[in-house]
Amino acid sequence: MNENEPPVSRGFKSRRDSSAKTRLPPGQYLTTDFPVLSAGPTPDIRVADWKLGLQLSGSLLGVWTWEEFEALPQTTIKTDIHCVTKWTKLDTVWQGVTFDDLLEAAGLREAPEGFVMAHCDGGYTTNIPIADLIAGKAMIATRYAGLPIAPSHGGPARLVVPHLYFWKSAKWLRRLRFMSKDEPGFWESRGYHNHGDPWREQRYDGD
Amino acid sequence: MTVTDAPLPPRKIAWQLGQVQALVVETGGVKSIILKPMNWSGHWPGQHVDIRLTADDGYRAERSYSIASPPEDKLLTITVEQVKDGEVSSYLLDELRVGDALEFRGPIGGYFVWHQRLGGPLCLIAGGTGITPLMAMLRHREKSLDRIPASLIYSARSLPDIVYREELERMARRGNDLRLVYALTREQPRDWVGHRGRIDEALLANNGFPREQNPMFYVCGPTGFVEGVSGMLVRLGYDPASIKTERFGPSGG
Repeated sequence: MNENEPPVSRGFKSRRDSSAKTRLPPGQYLTTDFPVLSAGPTPDIRVADWKLGLQLSGSLLGVWTWEEFEALPQTTIKTDIHCVTKWTKLDTVWQGVTFDDLLEAAGLREAPEGFVMAHCDGGYTTNIPIADLIAGKAMIATRYAGLPIAPSHGGPARLVVPHLYFWKSAKWLRRLRFMSKDEPGFWESRGYHNHGDPWREQRYDGD
Repeated sequence: MTVTDAPLPPRKIAWQLGQVQALVVETGGVKSIILKPMNWSGHWPGQHVDIRLTADDGYRAERSYSIASPPEDKLLTITVEQVKDGEVSSYLLDELRVGDALEFRGPIGGYFVWHQRLGGPLCLIAGGTGITPLMAMLRHREKSLDRIPASLIYSARSLPDIVYREELERMARRGNDLRLVYALTREQPRDWVGHRGRIDEALLANNGFPREQNPMFYVCGPTGFVEGVSGMLVRLGYDPASIKTERFGPSGG
């Protein structure tokens, strides 16, 4: 099908809204509530048992307990989020530790080259280029709208990488593993796009 | 979570036009759309399609809909519920006519899928129109010669809100190891002997197969429903990795 000449759907009326248009990636619509999407049950995670690991090859560069993690420099961001299931939510507020600050806490001056695999409770994984995590582009969030993140939304701690589709913002984060070579994560090996840029509508393999 | 042996979708999931062959009123506010695709390489029960509408000024809207038909059917069925102020569902329910062309692509999704080779027992739990992908599984199961033990626990507001009711009851009467259980949350017929109110742990324990049989769970419905049911299943001691969920957001359209 010729992408330049979309077939008009007979009788479908435009709801073009110029005010939100620049903030709405192609194929997305605005929502004001916060839908939940996960492939399985929500795990019950106690912060007393929670630890976050940063791993390079076979070795751990850093491990933080909940208290240690909470003591790291805190950043608050206000950002739009885009789910591959088509909803976009504007002006969401997250608080947590930026990826840059986490690297510094681990004593790394510079990020290694390559990719990161995020590993989560329940076995979920997702892969992200390091370039998409550094320079303030991503954080490990522990608060949403000023409150602890609800378990169904990924609490106690989730990745927030708002410029990519939200499946990359892994819920129930437990470990970040540096990889020199890219590997697909959970959805990336099930037909979803490897990178997932909403502005280029990279939803599925081959988009 | 474990890896399923569902195949990867084709490299590029291209947009195509399907011709509307029939529109079926299922319940008040719910219709099925039967489409004839141009190219269809098949799907697994549980997968979905994306539908894209384009207005004459180029404005577009996209939504995802689960496939209700089994892979054995040549035509594709999707079932659509009216969403308040939903621009896409309103169009599909009120404007779309037989003979219209509908732009779509798929199949999409490789995790919330079931097919005969995965075996059973199969425990399907639906809330409202969350029945749609589960119906594709049941229809696929009906085509199988094996009697894969299955149960469907279906929560709806009232009996008239049960989508595919006649077909489900026909399947259950056939006596091929399908147990059909309704939970009616708001309104029950006067002589109703079935479950009243929301699905609870006792209803799941009585109809979800013993743990030793390693049942596979597929739970689909609104977010709160899926959170509630999957939490109960975990508390009943079922392996979280055996519970696959699909949530229909409360918003959408």
